[in-house]
Order: sequence, then C-alpha cells, then structure tokens
Amino acid sequence: MDFDFQFDWSAAFASIPYLLPGIPWTLLISFGGLAFGFFIGIFFGLLRISPIRWLRWLAVCYIEIFRGTPILVQVLFIFYGLPQLLGSPINALVAGIAAIAVNSGAYISEIVRGGVQSIERGQREASLSLGLSRVQAFRYVIWPQAFRRMIPPLGNQGIISIKDTSLFSVIGVGELVRQGQIYIAATFTALEVYFMVALMYLVITWTLSILLRQLERRGIAGQ
Amino acid sequence: MTPTTSPESSIVRMQKLNKHFGSLHVLNNIDLDIVPGEVVVIIGASGSGKSTLIRCINGLEEFQSGTLSVDGNILKPDGKSSKALQTIRTEVGMVFQQFNLFPHLSVIDNITLAPMKVRGWRRDDALATARRLLERVGIADQADKYPGQLSGGQQQRVALARALAMEPRLMLFDEPTSALDPEMIGEVLDAMRELAKEGMTMVIVTHEMGFAREVADRIIFIHKGEIAEQGTPEALFSAPQNDHTRSFLARVLKH
Repeated sequence: MDFDFQFDWSAAFASIPYLLPGIPWTLLISFGGLAFGFFIGIFFGLLRISPIRWLRWLAVCYIEIFRGTPILVQVLFIFYGLPQLLGSPINALVAGIAAIAVNSGAYISEIVRGGVQSIERGQREASLSLGLSRVQAFRYVIWPQAFRRMIPPLGNQGIISIKDTSLFSVIGVGELVRQGQIYIAATFTALEVYFMVALMYLVITWTLSILLRQLERRGIAGQ
Repeated sequence: MTPTTSPESSIVRMQKLNKHFGSLHVLNNIDLDIVPGEVVVIIGASGSGKSTLIRCINGLEEFQSGTLSVDGNILKPDGKSSKALQTIRTEVGMVFQQFNLFPHLSVIDNITLAPMKVRGWRRDDALATARRLLERVGIADQADKYPGQLSGGQQQRVALARALAMEPRLMLFDEPTSALDPEMIGEVLDAMRELAKEGMTMVIVTHEMGFAREVADRIIFIHKGEIAEQGTPEALFSAPQNDHTRSFLARVLKH
C-alpha cells in the first residue's frame, strides 16, 4: 500500500501562532477552576468528616453528584441549561471555570478527607493534651501534615482538570482544542494540528509535574 | 497503706466513675484520690482499663457516670469540650506510648508550640524554656532536628519536655516505655525518676515493675475495670491480698 499522505512539519509549525492564543484560555480555565475547586474541596472534604451527621450527608450528596456525572454534561448544563433558569446567558469562560471548579471540587473533597483521616489519632490527642483547642490542633498539627500527603493526589487532579478543559471547545470558549479546530477548518491539516495541540497539553502538564515533584521533595526534606 | 486524703487536698478526685464501651463495662465504679506530689503507678493486664482510666483524667476518654474533678475543675459525664476540660488540659501533661511528636516540626518547635499558642508566651520565653527542658532531659544538642531523626528514647524525652513546657500541675504517663527498644528504656525512666524526685504529681501506667516499686508512693492494681487492690509498693508486691493481684504479679515478675 502506498501512502500519499505525509506528516507535514511546515504545516505543524505554521499552526503554532494560531494555537498559542488558546493556551492562556486553557490555563485560565484550568487554574481558575482549580483554585475555586481547591476551596470547595477543603470545605466539603471537612464537612465529610464533620461529627454532625447531616453535614456529612450534604458533603456526600455533593461529591456523589459531581463525581458521578460527566464533566461534559456538567458544562453543557451550566452553559445551556442554567441560563434558562436565570433568564440571562452565562459567559462561556465563566461556565468553563465553574464546571472545573465543581467537578475538581468533588474529587478534591475526597483527597482532603483522605489526607486528614490519614493522620494518626495520636497527633490530635497529643495536641489536645497540650491544651490546644480543636481548631488549633487542626491548624498547627493536623492540616500541615495532611496537606503534605495531599500534594501527589492534588497534582493528579490538576493534570486531569487541565485535560478536561479540552472538552469545553463545545461551548465555544477559545481554548487550545477550539483554536485547533478553527485552524483545521480553514487548512484541513488535522494530523499536524492535533499533534501540535497534544504537544502543547503535554508541555503544560509536564511542567506542572516537575513543579509538583520539586514541591514534594521540599516537603520531604523538611522532615 | 493508702494515703488518707481529704477531698480538698486531692488534685484528682474520681467518685463512682463508670465508663461503658458498648456492652463492655470498661471502668466500674472507680473511686480515686490523688494528692499533690504523689506518684501513683497503675498496673494491670492489657485490656483491664488502666489506660482508659488515665485518659479520662484529661478528657481523652469520656465517661458515662460519676464525678471527676482535676485541680478543682469538674468534668461532667459525656462532657464535650467544656471550659473546664480546656483548663484541665492546660494544667495536665501527658506522655504517650507512641510519643506522638509532631513530625513536621523541629524538636524545639514541638516544645514551643503549646506554650506560645495556648499560654500566649513570647517566642523568646518559649525558646528559653524549651532549651532549658531539653538540657534537663539530656538532649540539648538535638533541638533543631526533626523527630524522625531521633531514636525512640530521644523522642520520648522530647515528648516529656514538650509536656513539661506547659508547666503542668500533674503528669500522666501512658505506658511511656512500651514502644521502646530495651536499651532505651533506662534513659526515659531516668528522666521520669528525676521528675518524681522534684515533686511532680505523676500517674503512670507501666509494665516496668522494678521502676514502679522504686518510685511509686502507691500502686493501684486494676482488674476488669475495677480497682482490685491498692497500696504501697512494699505491701502490694510483697503481700498482695487479692487473688487477681497475686496471679498477675506471678505472671509479670516471673522473668
């Protein structure tokens, strides 16, 4: 068999200037969403281990709903569905950030819960026996140790959420995939352009991996 | 001989204290008075309730009925974090079997944390006290290390210094040497012996019978959640009255 199609490097490089403007959007949606998701995760993660039963239930409901439905459906619901309820359209960027926030928030809740529960009982008991209040025990003893253990799974979640933003091309926000699709529609160079798009995701996620590894190493060195 | 105490003079006073754990009656009508300066050693088989008993004193365990007062602060049954409990915990120090040092803090920060956050001491004062205590337990040179870099014996001495930094009126020890390698037990017992000599009120759960005999003013033998027998080390070790005490001592003193 004879392939008359070859990978055209010049076409790949030519697409770069058109793809680059998508990167800030991808980063903005990812890290914007993750920043909110982190606080949502701390909030529901702590509710999840609250001594008060109905607060735990509330957290379980939130986690099950947003972990158990596809993020694509979530963003479509927010972008197309919610405006019908609110009576006014929602900005695509806001919808994207919100979707990442509520989705990563559900997973981060479980990461927070796992991290906090992984700290030995004795740490809390020693803190309380020294006269620290429960809040002080959490703030100065439990949380710093739990957070250190949370770094690897948080990094995982960060990388997953960055890749999830690629789905948001469907609501027309000009992130990496969307930029690629627009460019391909004009040039018919799907092979080269999606290759470059993939490469750009890889650069972003790899950079994050390296940063996290350094953060982790610093954490371990501190002990 | 049990020291005769008037209620006013005792630092710990338990009356008819009961604790249930599901259907298990962990502590059964415990009456206990401890006077300032007294060193009380609690012995008994594992599962007898001796650890639970001292953990009630600083509220790490709740109880279901009876009264407990520590230095005049009254702890109610099933009492959640009341003001009295908070006061008790600042006045009562505790050393745990597993040390429970804070692994993310250096030795010196382990010791200064509570004085600064609970007592509101200035950092300089807390540091000076911490250094003095480390000197006293013989590990002044380890101040800037992390707990993970120390031996078990050194960690337990840091834990002791950490508790003492709060200037407690009473010290609780929950099997402080049980997790240690044999060659490190001596250094921890030495530090505790010093403390006893200085007049600290101490309640100690331990399996170190030689140590108990030497430092205790009173030995309490717990059997199935009840105080089966108590008395001076001399009386209890040489002429135990209770059958359970006799069989327990026969088992632990054999080797």
